[in-house]
Amino acid sequence: MTVAARAVGFGLPLAVLIAWVLARYRFPGRSLLNALVHLPLVLPPVVTGWLLLIIFGIRGPVGSLLDAWFGVRLVFTSTGASLACAVMTFPVMVRSVRLSLETVDPGLELAARTLGAGRLDRLFNITLPLASPGILVGGIVAYATCLGEFGAVITFAANIPGETQTLPLAIYSALQIPGGEKQAADLSLVSLALALIGLLISEWAGKRLNAALGR
Amino acid sequence: MSLVFRLRHRFPSAQTEMDMAFEVPSPGLTVLFGPSGAGKSTVLSAAAGLLRPDSCRIEVDGRVLADTNCGIWLPPERRRVGLVFQDSKLFPHMSVATNLRFGMRRTEPGLVEYNEVVELLGIGALLGRRPHTLSGGERQRVAIGRALLAQPHLLLMDEPLANLDAARKAEVMPYLTSLKTALRLPVLYVSHALEEAMQLADSMVLLEAGHVMGYGSISEIAGRADLPLARRDDAAALLLCHVAGHDHGRALTRLESGEATFWVPLLDAPVGAGCRIRVPAREVILAGKAPEEISLHNIVSGTVRRVAEGPERHSALVEIALSGGALLSRVTSDAIARLRLRSGSSVLALIKSTSIEVLPA
Repeated sequence: MTVAARAVGFGLPLAVLIAWVLARYRFPGRSLLNALVHLPLVLPPVVTGWLLLIIFGIRGPVGSLLDAWFGVRLVFTSTGASLACAVMTFPVMVRSVRLSLETVDPGLELAARTLGAGRLDRLFNITLPLASPGILVGGIVAYATCLGEFGAVITFAANIPGETQTLPLAIYSALQIPGGEKQAADLSLVSLALALIGLLISEWAGKRLNAALGR
Repeated sequence: MSLVFRLRHRFPSAQTEMDMAFEVPSPGLTVLFGPSGAGKSTVLSAAAGLLRPDSCRIEVDGRVLADTNCGIWLPPERRRVGLVFQDSKLFPHMSVATNLRFGMRRTEPGLVEYNEVVELLGIGALLGRRPHTLSGGERQRVAIGRALLAQPHLLLMDEPLANLDAARKAEVMPYLTSLKTALRLPVLYVSHALEEAMQLADSMVLLEAGHVMGYGSISEIAGRADLPLARRDDAAALLLCHVAGHDHGRALTRLESGEATFWVPLLDAPVGAGCRIRVPAREVILAGKAPEEISLHNIVSGTVRRVAEGPERHSALVEIALSGGALLSRVTSDAIARLRLRSGSSVLALIKSTSIEVLPA
């Protein structure tokens, strides 16, 4: 649960930033950035996890620096699991945020501009509030997806109960033990309920926000 | 004080270069008038700072907003130029009051007071509501208020009434008229509705195909026979008048414009009140000497200043100079020949009192 919360907590702001850049600016390398963001969606999760291991592993280019400077180790820790989840759900968040950013009327930003609002002022007071339904939905769906993340997490952060174990990992482990079917079934039910609740909340919150925005 | 504007710009897709320059008095409402594609929106975008033309200089009351020759180009957010959009562009996630305060909170306090604007625009009852619950006319009034409260040095209005139906237009119009007199502010107002322009404008800039055909006070521009306006079917001269007296017995009101006197059906306005009258060119009859025993009330003497070709074959437009402006008359070429009219001739203009349209000032 905390793994997923942290993944969304760190992933979402970055996703908003990337989505904003992709939706508003045309620059060389934009397609490349777009492709990179969407890569985890099409890549087998195990490959993503393995790539993370290469980059953020203790001997990896980023991982070694993190270890040397901050003493932070990502591999096989719950932080690492969060990172894996964040990367996996990043495309979902970016897509959702970007779609809602694109529905924001640029004329409103122009209006804010003529009223004396600078770039960040416009972003925080006009653009983001108006895109909030998409941001929220993106966050909730990403959270639910994180809870179910399997491939990248097991590769990058392993399967440590109480630390990096996500729901499917727990279910998988339970199934490995003779007589664990009961536990697996219970966990599956929990998973089902969480997914359903997540979708319902996102639907409801989206509607409420849209109503507040007068759509 | 004045508003000086000069712009040269060539759009990548356009054949010719736009080249527009005009100077109009400030404060005052200047209508930019012309067909679509004439360059009206380009002028507004450049004035707001949203479009950077190849070369441009904008000066309002001695304050330079832009001068590309000296590298001065204030960005829109620091230019203090208010813009009212055709479709209001109110922020949907804020209440009317928050919308109104948006620009106000981002600038130092100035001459425009919150309560005064709310009262002038009659939006006091709407303050707690959300933009999507307002009617089109209400939305435009709030948008105007929002722009004004940002304490602009120049207010731009991009066809603010274009998306409203006739009833809503009639609802917003009086607010615009009263605003115009209450605020000491230059306003550039884009319109392609002549009626609206005639009622609101102090000055007018006529644009066509990226060039200025003429600019000046509204009565000057409306009374010129050589401008495209005069060739329209609804061409009419415009005169600024004041109510000089009422004749209740005859149910007539006497209006004065310079030395010319006009009798119109009794008005409900106090003596001394200002108003403007529209005299359609097709309703003005010309005469060499005054006819006797005639039903019409208005025989105005003037001097022919210009005779221009009319919109149809064998027709002509005569511009008659009065002390307070000019009248236009659309007659046949034959009439010109018979009366031997040329610039400088004295002539009498005969106008039925019911043909004169009185606009509220």
